[in-house]
Amino acid sequence: MGEVIGIGAAPKRKEDQRFLTGRGNYVSDIKRPGMTAGVFVRSPHGHAVLRGIDKSAALASPGVMAVLTGDDVKADGLGGLPCGWGISDAKGVPMKEPPFPMLAQGKVRFVGDMVAFVIAETPEQANAGAELLNIDYEVLPSVVGVLEAVRPDAPQLFDDVPNNICCDWELGDKAAVETAFKKAAHVAKLSLVNNRLIGNPMEPRAAIAEYEPGTDRFTLWTTSQFPHVVRFLMGALVLNIPQHKLRVVAPDVGGGFGVKQFHYGEEAVITWAAKRVHRPVKWVASRSEGYVSDRHGRDHVTEAELALDENGKFLAFRVNTLANMGGYLSTFGPNIPTNLYAPLLGGVYTTPAIYCNVKVVFTNTVPVDAYRGAGRPEATFVLERMVDVAASEMGIDRVEIRRRNMIPKEAYPYQTPVLVQYDSGDPMGCLDGALVTADVKNFGVRKAASASKGKFRGLGYSTYVEACGLAPSRFAGRLGARGGLYESATVRVHPTGQVTVMIGTHNHGQGHETTFAQIVSDKLGVAFENVDIVFGDTDRVQFGMGTYGSRSLVVGGAALSKATDKVIAKGKKIASHLLEAAEVDIQFESGKFSVAGTDRMKTFEEIAGAAYVPHNYPLEVLEPGLEEQAYYDPVNFTYPGGCHIAEVEVDPETGTVTLVNYTAVDDVGTVINPMIVEGQLHGGIVQGVGQALFENAVYDEGSGQLLSGSLMDYCMPRADHLPMMKVATHSTLCTHTPMGVKGCGEVGTIGSPAAVINAVVDALSHLGVTHVDMPATPNRIWRLLQNASLPVAAE
Amino acid sequence: MTVQISFTLNGRPTTVEVEPATLVAELLREQLNLTGTHIGCDTSQCGACVVHLNGLPVKSCTLLAPALDGAPLLTIEGLQGAPGSNQMHPMQEAFREHHGLQCGFCTPGMLMTAIALATEKPDLTEADVRHGLEGNICRCTGYQNIVVSVMAGAAAMNAAKGE
Ligand code: FES
Ligand code: FES
Repeated sequence: MGEVIGIGAAPKRKEDQRFLTGRGNYVSDIKRPGMTAGVFVRSPHGHAVLRGIDKSAALASPGVMAVLTGDDVKADGLGGLPCGWGISDAKGVPMKEPPFPMLAQGKVRFVGDMVAFVIAETPEQANAGAELLNIDYEVLPSVVGVLEAVRPDAPQLFDDVPNNICCDWELGDKAAVETAFKKAAHVAKLSLVNNRLIGNPMEPRAAIAEYEPGTDRFTLWTTSQFPHVVRFLMGALVLNIPQHKLRVVAPDVGGGFGVKQFHYGEEAVITWAAKRVHRPVKWVASRSEGYVSDRHGRDHVTEAELALDENGKFLAFRVNTLANMGGYLSTFGPNIPTNLYAPLLGGVYTTPAIYCNVKVVFTNTVPVDAYRGAGRPEATFVLERMVDVAASEMGIDRVEIRRRNMIPKEAYPYQTPVLVQYDSGDPMGCLDGALVTADVKNFGVRKAASASKGKFRGLGYSTYVEACGLAPSRFAGRLGARGGLYESATVRVHPTGQVTVMIGTHNHGQGHETTFAQIVSDKLGVAFENVDIVFGDTDRVQFGMGTYGSRSLVVGGAALSKATDKVIAKGKKIASHLLEAAEVDIQFESGKFSVAGTDRMKTFEEIAGAAYVPHNYPLEVLEPGLEEQAYYDPVNFTYPGGCHIAEVEVDPETGTVTLVNYTAVDDVGTVINPMIVEGQLHGGIVQGVGQALFENAVYDEGSGQLLSGSLMDYCMPRADHLPMMKVATHSTLCTHTPMGVKGCGEVGTIGSPAAVINAVVDALSHLGVTHVDMPATPNRIWRLLQNASLPVAAE
Repeated sequence: MTVQISFTLNGRPTTVEVEPATLVAELLREQLNLTGTHIGCDTSQCGACVVHLNGLPVKSCTLLAPALDGAPLLTIEGLQGAPGSNQMHPMQEAFREHHGLQCGFCTPGMLMTAIALATEKPDLTEADVRHGLEGNICRCTGYQNIVVSVMAGAAAMNAAKGE
């Protein structure tokens, strides 16, 4: 018999056996009888009128079965891709929401926009057929940057979207902010760019669709973070397939980071195509195809101003941002730079007045949507850079200015001026812990050692908060969400006492099969090995909103906890009958139901057995079976946070920035599995370091070509770019989730870009450098040093 | 036109008919149903596809199938611990023990590279491991636990050899 493994333990992961032995089951591994291959033909132009497509040569090509285009979509009367959030401007005028056809109609709006789908017996034949498609484009000038896109003479993507502005959105008390600025002793200003990123999960996107005429049912296997949402959006709003006739399966998925949490046109096209050709169809993206079709992240241009009193207390914060949406509105697109950004501009500080204006702008680029952190890294970056700028201008130590403005632990729950109320937190505790772990005390010694080698060393801080566990439906609905944001879990206890859990979140690296099994093992007192977690299949799991925004444990884990409580409650009823005692006298502990104050008891297995073998069972008052379900919709977001400290060394000869030390002390609430939490923190930090030092999606203005369109041109962090990081948790408990959990999936990515760039600026501050845009590549730093035309040190 | 090639796949003699332009990664995944070898890119940058040919690590996405003729090929499916047991290879055990994987997609390639590194240089330092993993990208782990795993796995491989 295996053992009970509870909350706070670090068992090895259940999912590892199959991954380590090459027996994972990813979408690209799946084969179906009679399977055909599909290839998407994508626009090579950033912006063009689609004048016509001649299919004849392609259709005559060997093995080609069908070529589908936007005209076929229209002829079948199918919908476009829906946007999941509808935001409005300050006057309540809704955003401009042009249609997002699943295959381009009339115009293409970014390089990679889907123009046709070619289906053939083999991938080689589909590719050969695709080459023969004759597509007549009338090329138009492209606009890719937000500053350019809002100019009156800029190319217009949509006739009814003047100046390419989707929405002119704002949050906060503009008048109060203006008044505060008038009283300020000092105003610090900063202009910055939050660079465009490409998520690059290592598994490229893929899908297989099949239609079964005997049952009139469709099955779609897809690399998705939220199969139920795909079923809902695609079935109900795009293809008109009744929900019960559509099964969506997301099996093992090789990383998501947000990139796989949208409903993509490829999924709809392939499902529609499977019925048209009456054969299963498979599509697997190449990495290069992913670069021009996976949703991108970030891409802000921001002007910020912080008003301070003479003591360095923040009086007001004003932020104006232009946010790039790309060519169309993706599933969560408009929500990211607005609702997930502006409410976090308070950070961990007591700034009494905040105002933020965001112009959400269309450009001829891949649509932008949520990428790990989504909106919150952008908010943290502008705020934490701003704090450093203000500190240096006012001559206040950077830690000291943070302390002077931090929300003290006792002040929680804390209402910010921008919507959100933090339930718990201890930013000062995280800061104090990080200062010790990072050995900031001896930084001067290390800096001197670097200087003796001709290198500049810098230290950078980021004290941040995020809103996660995305969630409460009611709140989200007020902000424009068109769906709910709860989670569900079913706990099925088998007659022999083993447990299968069906949960609506999706595991693509986060270790759910282990963490959720620990929760059940802990609460029911059953062996860890006797709990299996089922996810990612709409035919097996009741419903669910999937995994993103650090919501799995926070919202899904809470649903699981509630369902488990219901199992215990029913178990008590059964025990009260079997033990002939009053229900109130039944206690449940360590897998045993007992009568209080006696030694009479029944094991969990005995109760499960009785539930399924209901001889001598009071069927009038108690149903057989032991299976319970819960849906959980929280009352608030959760607010993880923490302090990150980065230490870098800059080589002035080459401009190379080396990350030499990294410390993170994060408040993630209750830790269920410390090993998994630590792994999430490592991965998250490195994604943020990637943004700060290496990664950048660069477009060519005018042509709209993506210049960083493969792993050769888009620099991904590799093992030798990084030091050993020191991560720790300093947790306060969430006051409203059942287990006190807050979420940990994104904290690393939210805290790290600002810490790293603050460190780079610190290293170069003696040369008069006050800001460095991301990524701080050798080229950028070297140019900065040349332009500073200051003597480059080195003996 | 197809050609016939014969090679030793995970210890077993294997003969297949392939198009000469078939890549080893495709042959393994599509024709031989060994889907543990993953394809993560089209530019030979990611290392998800690493296998051992003649005992040396190679990226199977850039190798043509005819190159296999007469050679031993080892894939993730052929890794094992003590002969005749169900045990995993010490490097696989080390990855499990030290949480050296998250989504598992880069993992087969990482393991194959790691085993080759540890075989080539028994006393690996952290710097050796980081440098040696240059051709393998992991987007999930931040590499820290992979580095720890590789060092532990190498130590375990050494210990096993010494026995
Ligand atoms: S698939 Fe071979 S290196 Fe990426
Ligand atoms: S574990 Fe996901 S890419 Fe390495």
